[in-house]
Amino acid sequence: MRQTQSSAGAAFDEMSAADGTVRPAYAELAGWLERMPASQTDAKRREADLLFRRLGITFAVYGEGGDPERLIPFDLIPRVITGAEWQALSEGLVQRVRALNAFLYDVYHGMNIVRAGKIPKDLVVANSQYRPEMIGVALPGNVYTHIAGIDVVRVSENQFYVLEDNARTPSGVSYMLENREAMMRLFPELFSANRVRPVGHYPDELLKSLRSLPPENCLNKDEPTVVVMTPGAYNSAYFEHVFLAEQMGVELVEGQDMFVDDGFVYMRTVAGPKRVDTIYRRLDDAFIDPAAFNPESVLGVRGLFDAYRRGNVNLANAVGTGVADDKSVYPYVPEMVRFYLGEEPKLANVPTYTLRNKDDLKYALEHLPELVVKEVHGSGGYGMLVGPKSTKAEIEDFRQRILANPDNYIAQPTLALSTCPTFVDEGVAPRHVDLRPYLLVGKDVKLVPGGLTRVALRAGSLVVNSSQGGGTKDTWVLEE
Amino acid sequence: MLSRAADSLYWMSRYMERAENTARLLDVSYRMSLTATDAYSQQTQWEPALVVAGCEAPFKKTGKKIDARNVIEYLALAADNPSSIRSALWMARENARAMRTQITTEMWEALNATWLEMRTLDYAKIEAMGLRAFFDWVKERSHLFRGVGYGTMTRDAAYRFVRVGTFLERADATARLLDVKYHVLLPSTRDVGGAVDYYQWGALLRSVSAFQAYRRLYRDAIVPRRVAELLVLREDMPRSLRSCFRELTRLLDELREMFGRDYVSARLADQMYNRLRFETIDNVNKQGLHEFLTEVVENNAEIGKAIAKDFGLDF
Repeated sequence: MRQTQSSAGAAFDEMSAADGTVRPAYAELAGWLERMPASQTDAKRREADLLFRRLGITFAVYGEGGDPERLIPFDLIPRVITGAEWQALSEGLVQRVRALNAFLYDVYHGMNIVRAGKIPKDLVVANSQYRPEMIGVALPGNVYTHIAGIDVVRVSENQFYVLEDNARTPSGVSYMLENREAMMRLFPELFSANRVRPVGHYPDELLKSLRSLPPENCLNKDEPTVVVMTPGAYNSAYFEHVFLAEQMGVELVEGQDMFVDDGFVYMRTVAGPKRVDTIYRRLDDAFIDPAAFNPESVLGVRGLFDAYRRGNVNLANAVGTGVADDKSVYPYVPEMVRFYLGEEPKLANVPTYTLRNKDDLKYALEHLPELVVKEVHGSGGYGMLVGPKSTKAEIEDFRQRILANPDNYIAQPTLALSTCPTFVDEGVAPRHVDLRPYLLVGKDVKLVPGGLTRVALRAGSLVVNSSQGGGTKDTWVLEE
Repeated sequence: MLSRAADSLYWMSRYMERAENTARLLDVSYRMSLTATDAYSQQTQWEPALVVAGCEAPFKKTGKKIDARNVIEYLALAADNPSSIRSALWMARENARAMRTQITTEMWEALNATWLEMRTLDYAKIEAMGLRAFFDWVKERSHLFRGVGYGTMTRDAAYRFVRVGTFLERADATARLLDVKYHVLLPSTRDVGGAVDYYQWGALLRSVSAFQAYRRLYRDAIVPRRVAELLVLREDMPRSLRSCFRELTRLLDELREMFGRDYVSARLADQMYNRLRFETIDNVNKQGLHEFLTEVVENNAEIGKAIAKDFGLDF
C-alpha cells in the first residue's frame, strides 16, 4: 500500500491555482469539462467500462471471492503535464536509472561504493535481494534494470519527489497504453484541441531496447529471438504479459515451454525446438530456475541461470536487481548519482531519516506524530506508522518497536500529494495522484512521455493502489 | 508457434466436439429407450451408453444403479466425471482461456457463454427444459463454436490445430456411436429386421443428423448394411469416418508443408483414409462391424499419440 499523508486542503492542485484560476495547460480541459452535460459523463463512463471489459483489461484477484477478473477504475479526466515539466522530470529519471544500473554493476563487481564508504556494506550484502551468484557475471551492456518504473509524486509547482524505485518487474504499462487508447476512442475531439505526445510506440521501443542487448553467444545479434516469460494465467498481471507479447509480436512463454540443452535455452514449438536469446521475464528471481534458486519452483526452467551466466541468454531484468529498489537502499540513491555520474541529482528523494543513524533516530523519536515510519523491507502497508493519523497509544507502541530494532525503520515527513480533478459520485473533485513513468534501458535509455497516473478515488485518501480502490488516468504530456 | 499453444487449441476443439458427441450419444440412447418393449430393463437400455463413452468402470465405482436418470446425470452433468458434457465444456473453455490470444474474441465468447450457462444446470433444470432440448442446446453451442471459428480465424497453423482436434474427436465419436447398436441387444434373434431394430437404426441415424441424408441417398427402408456404409464409407457424409479422415489427412498435410517436416501422424491418417476410400461395406461386415470399429478407435488413439509426438505436445 502506497500511503503518504497530507493535511486536507493544503495539497497542490494541478489544474487550479489556490485563487481558483485554471493553469494554462488545463485551459482546454477545463472548458471541455464545463461544457460536458452530466448525462454524457455517465454514458461515457459506461462506454469506457464496456470497452475495458471487451478488451479484457482486467487484473486478477484470486482468493477473495467475487469475480476474480476485475476492472481497474478508469477516470475520464486526463492528467496534464507540460512539455517543460516533463523535460525536467525525464532528465532526472534518466539520470537516476543510470545511477541505479551503475550501482547494480558495482555491487556485483568490486563494491567500489562500499569501499568508498558511501553506503554501509551490510545494507548490500545482507540484503535478501542481493544475489552472490551474480558476482563477476558479465552482462550485455552492463545493464541490470532494463525496464524500470520510478514512482514520482508532486507536492508543488516545481517540486517532484521520487517515492520509490521499481527495478525488478514493474507492471502497469499496459494500463498506460490502454488508457490512451480508450481516451482516443471516447473523446477524439480532445486530441485535436490539445497537442498530446503519443505513447503508443512503447511496445516497439521495448522490443528495440530488448533486442539492442543480445547475449554474448547469440547466433543472430541483429535479430535476437525475444520472448515474454509469464508465471501463467493465474498471475494478477497476466493480462499485461499477454498484451505486451502480442504488441511486440513475440511469443508468450511459460517455464514449461522452455528447456536448456547444452547450456542454451530453447522453446518448444510445433516446428521443433527454437533457440531463445532474450527473455523478458515477469517472475521473480527466486522462481526462474529450480536448479539455481527456489528448488520448489515449477514456474521456471532448470538450467536457465547457468545458461545466463555463460552468456548464452539474456534476462530482462537481470537477476539480483532487487538490491537497488529496497527501502533501506533508497536513501542512498542521490549519493549513487554523485558517486557514479559525478553529477548532482536532478530529481530529489523524499527526505528520509534512516533510523540506524543516531541523529536521524533522535529526530524521528522527537517528531513521531508528524512522520511516516516504514519498515525497510516491508511492503503492502504493513508495519507502518502514519503519525498524523495515529493515536497517542499507537505512537507510543510504535516507539517501543523502533527502539527495539532501529535498523529496521526509515521515517519520512508527511507529504501533501498533488491533486487532479477526478469524476466522483458527487461530480468533479480533486483527488491525490502519483505517477509511474517507465524507463527502457538498452544501448540507450528511452522513455515514452508520461507514464501511468494512479489516483486515489476516495476523498482525502492517498492510497493509489488498485487493490485499495485506486484508479488510473490517461497521462498527457503536451507538445511545447 | 508454441507447442503448448497448439496443444491447447487442439484440446479445446476436441473437448467441444466431445461434448457434442456425448450429447448425441445420450440422444440416441434416449430415443432408443422410447421404443423399448417390456423385454428391456433400464439396465440393458442404458448400459451401452456407458460402455461406448468408456465410462462403464468409473460409473460402477459410484455404486449407483444403471437407469436413465443416473446415466444421464453421470454423462451429462457429473463434475467428477472427466468425460461428462459438463467437464468437456469446462476443459474446452479452460484450454481456450490459456490461449486466448490464439483464438478470436467471438470464439472465446461462444465458449465462455456456453460454460457460464452450463455451470448453472442441474438435473431438475435439464428435465424441466426437456432432455432432448438440452441435448439440442449442447449441439447448437458446438455448431456455434465451430461456425464462429470457421468464419473468423485466419487460416494459419492455429486454425489447423483447431480443426485437427475436431475431426480426430469426431472420427472417434462416429465409430463409437455406430458401435452402440452392437451393444444394444435385440430381445431375440427373430427381432432382427423387425420394428424395434428399424427404430433403433433410425435413432442412430438421427443422432448423427443423417436420417434425411439416408432417405435422400438410398430412397429405401433403413437397413443396417447401408447405415454402416453411410457412416463409415461415404465421403459426402460430414460425420462419416471417411469424411473425417479426408479432413485430417488434408490438415496434417498442410501442417507438414507449413513447417517442412515429416509427421508420423500424417502418414497414419493417410493410411486410414486410403483404406476407407477403397473399402467395401461387405468386406467390413466380413471382418465384423464391431471388430472393425474397435480397430478404428484403437487406430485413432495411435494417431492422437503421434500428433502429440510430432508437434511436441507431450512434454
